[in-house]
Amino acid sequence: MSVLVFVEINKGRVKKASLECVNYASKIAQLTNSTVVALVNNADATQLEEIGKAGANKILSVKNDKLNSDSIYVTAAIEQAAKTENSKVIVFAFDITGKAVAPRLSAKLKAGMVAGATDYPTLNGTNFEVKKNVFSGKASAIYSINTDVKIISLLPNSFPLTLSANAATVVDFNVDLSSVSSKITIKETKSNASDGMVPLTEAELVVSAGRGLKGPENWGIIEDLAKSLNATTACSRPVSDMHWRPHHEHVGQTGFAIRPNLYIAIGISGAIQHLAGVNGSKTIVVINNDKEAPFFKSADYGIVGDAFSIVPKLTEAIKKFKASQN
Amino acid sequence: MKILVAISNVPDTTTKIQFTDNDTKFNSAGVTFVINPYDEWYALVRALELKESGLAEKVTIIHVGLADSEATIRKGLAIGADDAVRIDAEGPDSFFVAEQIANYAKTNNYDIVMAGKETINYNGSSVGAMVAGLLDLPFVSLATKLDISGNKATVEQEIDGGTQVVECELPFVLSAAKGMAEQRIPNMRGIMASRTKPLQVLPAIGNGGLTSIKSFQLNPGRTTCKMLTEDSIDELVSLLHTEAKVI
Ligand SMILES: Cc1cc2nc3c(=O)[nH]c(=O)nc-3n(C[C@H](O)[C@H](O)[C@H](O)COP(=O)(O)OP(=O)(O)OC[C@H]3O[C@@H](n4cnc5c(N)ncnc54)[C@H](O)[C@@H]3O)c2cc1C
Ligand SMILES: Nc1ncnc2c1ncn2[C@@H]1O[C@H](COP(=O)(O)O)[C@@H](O)[C@H]1O
Repeated sequence: MSVLVFVEINKGRVKKASLECVNYASKIAQLTNSTVVALVNNADATQLEEIGKAGANKILSVKNDKLNSDSIYVTAAIEQAAKTENSKVIVFAFDITGKAVAPRLSAKLKAGMVAGATDYPTLNGTNFEVKKNVFSGKASAIYSINTDVKIISLLPNSFPLTLSANAATVVDFNVDLSSVSSKITIKETKSNASDGMVPLTEAELVVSAGRGLKGPENWGIIEDLAKSLNATTACSRPVSDMHWRPHHEHVGQTGFAIRPNLYIAIGISGAIQHLAGVNGSKTIVVINNDKEAPFFKSADYGIVGDAFSIVPKLTEAIKKFKASQN
Repeated sequence: MKILVAISNVPDTTTKIQFTDNDTKFNSAGVTFVINPYDEWYALVRALELKESGLAEKVTIIHVGLADSEATIRKGLAIGADDAVRIDAEGPDSFFVAEQIANYAKTNNYDIVMAGKETINYNGSSVGAMVAGLLDLPFVSLATKLDISGNKATVEQEIDGGTQVVECELPFVLSAAKGMAEQRIPNMRGIMASRTKPLQVLPAIGNGGLTSIKSFQLNPGRTTCKMLTEDSIDELVSLLHTEAKVI
């Protein structure tokens, strides 16, 4: 018996969300007296070592470029690995790939799935009970997975990552994709990132601004603050609707849901639909000139005042702090 | 070319969430329900645009739910869908819902099945990919643009840190994200027409779900916000380092 975890390499690095899944899988392996098997495509020696350190006992190392093209191939590869390794639990990150692959696999295997788990499962007989967020973070639900094979996708940044001296056994794994045919051809790929910024959905530090900034020409102070922290920029919906900022920065109910360690909200009122996308952040700082702004009720730290004077001061203070740390 | 759009019925975004029956059920008393924003603004509206430009002949909406969700279905018809199907059952989980949609799509030969990227109540992001899995069809997730030419679709989609353009042969399943279309408000004519558009009610198939919800709990909100002043910004930075430990 084993716990299988799908690990992804992105831009030359093992995704942090994937390493969190290996940690998570090793906890489930302890609970169920089984071992952790990781499946990874196109990993080099350093990356394999890192997956071991996160807690994998065995790594199935695949080399097949098809797995980077269509989720139908990834699903087939994991299905084969699960069969070979007699996996009763399969773990994914609740990220773009996980959301395309895990449900597809769940439907194929008729394996019950919890999407976006926020805690470790507890055992109830042969069933798993797993907690996840519902109502866009306003509440949680405990789901019972009632099938023999169980699939869990883990909400990124739910647990701190721990690495140990553990080393995994690496074996080459040949997936047979001859019976799978893809109807999808990739034509073009574009990156959102400017100046090597961490993508918003993976960012640990986020600086976000709203209509209080008055116009796109004023975003320089937001970008400077983000740069001083090495943070990623985000915005409220009206800001992206008015094309002050690109759509991929829009967070909230209808944009991206994020849960960074630090979310700094500047000139954003804190409407419930905005909060739905950011209330999972560990720490929230709000800067707003209206002391009645609803966002203060959902913040950890607040400053009432004019963003145009506070933000540059904050940037300077961060730079000073960083310099003192070196 | 026929398009099937899956819509779900969700509490309005401003709803105060409460539970009943020992925290095992969502308390819907006094709650206004709407079409899930992704399904309405992005999937349904784009499907209607494709019909208006002559690329699709028919747009059907499908909903898995009980009779009390018919007002939501009528709103979809008022926005412009041609007809609707309601599978008369309360889905215990995404798999159950996906099974109903897949079954209907297959027996009625739809070329594109569109879902929203997630529901704002259960946040599963699962139904679309499950339908694709059950039908063995291609799945394009998080679509932000969709165009059709002949038997091929060109779709732009979100990927990690960017976007990509793919070509996909019909039939296929997609999930819709922001960018596909703009919100539409139904007009009076649409509302009048929706009353007489066909709404078929069909029984559910299958053995129920693969998971079940045991209980709910409200997530604790933040209780105290530490207020600082413009003159104590160094203190804020130091609190972020020593207290919050985020920098
Ligand atoms: C179904 C639905 C879905 C939605 N989805 C989203 C979503 O995903 N994301 C989202 O963000 N919104 C969403 N909205 C919109 C949401 O309800 C709000 O309208 C929006 O979040 C407001 O954006 P804002 O805070 O930038 O602007 P405002 O509400 O206009 O707030 C601006 C704030 O800036 C402050 N301010 C002004 N000047 C200054 C200054 N000089 N210094 C400091 N502060 C200043 C003001 O006090 C005010 O609090 C949705 C709405 C609906 C109905
Ligand atoms: N009960 C339902 N009836 C019809 N479609 C649904 C239902 N529930 C979910 N969907 C569709 O599946 C998408 C994703 O839902 P979920 O996987 O629950 O987040 C939604 O945006 C809808 O398009």
